[in-house]
Amino acid sequence: MASIYPKYQSDGSRLGGLMEWFDARFPLTSLWKAHLSEYYAPKNFNFWYFFGSIALVVLIIQVVSGIFLTMNYKPDGNLNAAGIPGAFAAVEYIMRDVWGGWFIRNMHSTGASAFFIVVYLHMFRGMLYGSYRKPRELIWIFGVLIFLCLMAEAFMGYLLPWGQMSYWGAQVILNLFSAIPVVGPDLSVFARGDFVVSDTTLNRFFAFHVIAVPLALIGLVVAHVLALHEVGSNNPDGVEIKKFKDEKGIPLDGVPFHPYYTIGHDLPAISIFMFFFFAVVFFWPEGGGYFLEANNFLPADPMKTPNHIAPVWYFTPFYSMLRAMVWNFFWIPAKLWGVIAMGGGVVILAFLPWLDRSPVKSIRYRGPIFKNLLTVFVIGFLILGYLGAQVPEYCFFDQAWLPGAVIAQIFTFYYFLFFLTMPYWSKIDKCKPVPERVTFK
Amino acid sequence: MKTRVIKLLKRLAIVALFTPALVAASEGIHLDKAPLSTEQANLQHGAKLFVNYCLNCHGASLVRYNQLQRIGLDEKTITENLLFTGDKVGDMMTVAMKREDAEAWFGTAPPDLSVISRAKGADYLYTYLRGFYKDENRPTGWNNVAFPNVGMPHALWNLQGEQTLVEKTGENGHQEATLVLSKPGQLSKDEYDQNVADLVSFLEWMGDPSAETRKKIGIFVLIFIAGFYVLAHALGKNYWKDIH
Amino acid sequence: MSDQKMDSERRNLILATTAAGSVAVVAAAVPFVGSLAPSERAKAAGAPVEADIGNLKAGEKMVVKWRGKPVWILRRTKEMLASLETTKDSLADPDSKEPQQPEYARNTQRARPNPNPDTGKDGDDYLVVIGICTHLGCSPSDKSAEGNWHGGFLCPCHGSQFDLAGRVFKSQPAPTNLEVPPYKFLSPTRILIGDDSGAGTSSEA
Repeated sequence: MASIYPKYQSDGSRLGGLMEWFDARFPLTSLWKAHLSEYYAPKNFNFWYFFGSIALVVLIIQVVSGIFLTMNYKPDGNLNAAGIPGAFAAVEYIMRDVWGGWFIRNMHSTGASAFFIVVYLHMFRGMLYGSYRKPRELIWIFGVLIFLCLMAEAFMGYLLPWGQMSYWGAQVILNLFSAIPVVGPDLSVFARGDFVVSDTTLNRFFAFHVIAVPLALIGLVVAHVLALHEVGSNNPDGVEIKKFKDEKGIPLDGVPFHPYYTIGHDLPAISIFMFFFFAVVFFWPEGGGYFLEANNFLPADPMKTPNHIAPVWYFTPFYSMLRAMVWNFFWIPAKLWGVIAMGGGVVILAFLPWLDRSPVKSIRYRGPIFKNLLTVFVIGFLILGYLGAQVPEYCFFDQAWLPGAVIAQIFTFYYFLFFLTMPYWSKIDKCKPVPERVTFK
Repeated sequence: MKTRVIKLLKRLAIVALFTPALVAASEGIHLDKAPLSTEQANLQHGAKLFVNYCLNCHGASLVRYNQLQRIGLDEKTITENLLFTGDKVGDMMTVAMKREDAEAWFGTAPPDLSVISRAKGADYLYTYLRGFYKDENRPTGWNNVAFPNVGMPHALWNLQGEQTLVEKTGENGHQEATLVLSKPGQLSKDEYDQNVADLVSFLEWMGDPSAETRKKIGIFVLIFIAGFYVLAHALGKNYWKDIH
Repeated sequence: MSDQKMDSERRNLILATTAAGSVAVVAAAVPFVGSLAPSERAKAAGAPVEADIGNLKAGEKMVVKWRGKPVWILRRTKEMLASLETTKDSLADPDSKEPQQPEYARNTQRARPNPNPDTGKDGDDYLVVIGICTHLGCSPSDKSAEGNWHGGFLCPCHGSQFDLAGRVFKSQPAPTNLEVPPYKFLSPTRILIGDDSGAGTSSEA
């Protein structure tokens, strides 16, 4: 990589000399050029292309606020003298006794939800414009792995405040292991390190949350970006800008990522994101009960499950799939089908590059089948998310003939059908002709 | 077609945003809106009621007495009027009653109230504290409309008096249970409601003491970011001028 | 011309955005850096400590914990007080010029006078000093009088020696005398360490 770019030449000044010395020993110039100032991105990026950069910003927010929270948090599941679990008291200690602690904590809890909002939009962008298609399959797979890490990170992080929702959420999800035949029940105990979720579980979740998963996550983010910069970015037209280059080998429809996208495109977008982010941090840290759930302000009580227990909003679509499975068939019990549906719902995303056989990438040139099926897919996914947050017997339309449980089953079925039949319908869809070059007004 | 997807997405997002998440404790019970106040006089009165009536059984063990300075009480006033003997002003608002004793007396240890307002919501607390009525069938002699078969007796009964639950036929012909004051207390109904409102305002403050501060700072932060956006947007436009 | 004009506009915008961005970064750093300061819990734990000195006999020392550090209260005998004059020549800072004590303890005894519970007369009997060596933070141990040594404290880590007013001897690793915390006598038998507000003015002259 280093050899493509000439080394920095000093202009004779002292700073220039230092730069030259440094650049001779470290690929500073070449890194800067390869990934920023001479990385050519299509000039027709639109609204949907903000979310990659914003996700990076949220990652930084989470890492920094997380480090400072770790300084004052204690993963302690035992009761203190006043009968409050140590971890629960530690969070309130941060909120009350640590100067600026409420700001750091609200940032971290809001950041968790913001991360999923941004990442879901980022993934949806990929589906709109076929960003997962050849040659970008690996970028997409790294992305799915990032999503998995993010889910693990969020799930384990949610146990740390040690409230009722933390506790019973972890209890339910860890019991999913018990659905696995033969070894399941033992595995579930093994994962907790105890017969119930306990101080032991809390401490191992803490270790995973603050170091193990973030390490993997950051590594995957680096891989995601490296893979992207190897093949180049897709764009809303789904055409390859590398096909048309000028005499210097620069794509005609490309602009240097820095400063055109870093400053010219993403910085205003990041400030808009920050506006909404800090509006939540300062005015609605509970996010209407979705970001910080009311029941999680009750300390964990292993003797008493709250009446209504649902995961945080970002897990609810997949949680709906888990609950939708109520039939035993093929000698497999419903409980295991539920786990398969929930896990499969995420894993199936990784196969998208090979399921999609459409001749075009972007929704701009795809036919009515894709557009209609995708619309229903999105609506179905949102409805699954909504139903996953409701009590099980909740009636969506308040009609006995169509209770929420049935709707969840229909859309779970649809979710999988959408992907599994994609190789067929994506091929026969009536696509529009794709332009040679990107459209840019 | 694409715009249709986006339109639908927007509509669904709006629906989701304005659907409040369920508060488990309040399912199926009508809650009165708590007339909350952030005035120091109300909060201080609430603090006094809290220390006198609640803190004997319920702790607020995540809160320090000296944090009450934030609602305008000085250290001397706190020490002289609110502290139990032997406590220091930097101590937590803990309760002297032992947990085992509490469990033996009430069946369950009274919950800590430090963040109760964030768990239950102010409206629930306001309804609950005004919803006690006499019930011979309960061991304490008290029941509650917001929390059926509650273990706690009515701690404010000498202020409110005694209520009973009377079945009446309402306007729409349905049988309705209404609370009727059968034995007046020291305060009139309006006075009592105001006292409870102060107490709940205090609990609300205690649940998230930084709430007022963060709203004050938040306005400046949002204005600043809006200003920053204007600059960043202008700069971005300037760069993109070159691109055709 | 137009190119130059655009460039100057861009330069101004870059300057303004960078300035605003720096302000934002600094403002965002404030709560993070601030969170490293002692919390309300630490402050509450570091609140002034009261101690009963009524049972302390002449020549005895008691240790009180204040802000997590040992504070020694030594009730000195007549001989001990007398020794403070004889050690003077071998001390690094006999007159307590270094600000290692409140103004009222800047005297030979490095103490504020208090009514003696036995005699009722004002005396400088009580030495109140933080028992942490000013070299690298170990806690010195008592070393009783023997031979030429009138008694005092010896740091086990690097051998610094202090006299019975906590003053360091010459040519020792420790740079300054032991620190005297703010304190006041609430009554002849009660002492408050960590707070000297509104205490008797006679000693501050």
